[in-house]
Amino acid sequence: MQLPRPRGPVSAAVIGALRGGPFDAAAVTAATPAAGLREADVQLALWTAYEVGYRGFDDADPDAERDLRVLAWRKAAEDLLEADLRARTSTMVDEARAGGRSVADRIAALVRDAPGAPLTRHLQKHATREQFQTYLADRSIYHLKETDPQVRVLGWIDGPAKVAHAELLYDEYGGGRPERLHSHLFAEAMRAAGLDATYGAYIDAVDAPTLVSNNVMSLFGSQRRLRGAALGHLAAFEATSTDPCRRIAAGAERVGFPDAVAAYFHEHVEADAVHEQVVLGDICGTAVAADPAIEDDVLLGAATCLLVDVEAAQALHDLLVADEQRPPAPLRVLRGERAAS
Amino acid sequence: MTGPRPDRPDRQARSDRPADPVRVRLCPGGPLLVRGAQEVLDADGVAHPVERPVVAVCACGATGRAPWCDGTHARIGPRR
Ligand code: FES
Ligand SMILES: [Fe+2]
Ligand SMILES: [Fe+2]
Repeated sequence: MQLPRPRGPVSAAVIGALRGGPFDAAAVTAATPAAGLREADVQLALWTAYEVGYRGFDDADPDAERDLRVLAWRKAAEDLLEADLRARTSTMVDEARAGGRSVADRIAALVRDAPGAPLTRHLQKHATREQFQTYLADRSIYHLKETDPQVRVLGWIDGPAKVAHAELLYDEYGGGRPERLHSHLFAEAMRAAGLDATYGAYIDAVDAPTLVSNNVMSLFGSQRRLRGAALGHLAAFEATSTDPCRRIAAGAERVGFPDAVAAYFHEHVEADAVHEQVVLGDICGTAVAADPAIEDDVLLGAATCLLVDVEAAQALHDLLVADEQRPPAPLRVLRGERAAS
Repeated sequence: MTGPRPDRPDRQARSDRPADPVRVRLCPGGPLLVRGAQEVLDADGVAHPVERPVVAVCACGATGRAPWCDGTHARIGPRR
């Protein structure tokens, strides 16, 4: 993958630094205000700073992963993001903490009370093929590296929680069969839907809320200090999957995509019905029993997932519906008009 | 229990060792989590091979993917 197209001064500076250019961490940090934190410029900069530690970029400096200037900026941006997430989820977390008998109960209550977005119902009942393509392209930022952000936490937990998380990871990673790797199934779904399944192909087209949704996973999944939040995020993610996946599979069949598209979502109805139980009871329950101090962060992670994923789903839904007003625009999908601007 | 399935050569190696015990955990209001089984027989006696490290067997009767849980219990059930 090539480094993405900058979306503003902060991402331009970070991307330039990763290419090996000059970078003034203090100046860029000062230009990263909390007010613009959730906008595409800062979120793309953070996504790029994380991505050097996943698949990397062909045109980045070979040692970009350890660029201390970028790491200094990343820490400042992460502190702002973490503070923002803690502030925006504090009511949800306080209410969850007050109820329930176990951490699994508390996460289940958070999931039950969380607001939803109309995106998956739209995909099920109304979306055109082009709108479906937009959805898949948007989700490809995560699903082509599905589960990779949740791997490092395995080394930060122990005992029954570690064993159960290893089981879940093994299932996400194909259960011993490369052709069943979930990221591979998603790539097949993309190709079947007529999309480019190259890793990172649509990064220049996705909007800020999608970047936030991806970045919180990397934030929680890259620091031992935040291991509880990584587990809580995974719990909420798995516990909000089966219903949406069932609707999306029905929509993929309705618009007549080849079977590989619905197959990815059918697999996730079945797998995530398992994962939900495993992550609530066998991972979070035992991890908190072994280390009660992480419980508040487990709730933070779960509340964050519910908050930012609904924001991303609502934003994408609104984009799809807005596109309906200006025919024959659906191929704004691939956001050619923005890439050209 | 059936013998090793041809598409899972790893099972072959295991078949001459004593099998791990099958472990079942009841999820209140939801499925049975089953570890260590090779197949699950549905109500009609049809065998469904186990292809994941853990499976969730529907215990509420409302799933659309029998014998596996598909999450429907959360919409029908008393929340315990
Ligand atoms: S137990 Fe989950 S659908 Fe029946
Ligand atoms: Fe998955
Ligand atoms: Fe999953």
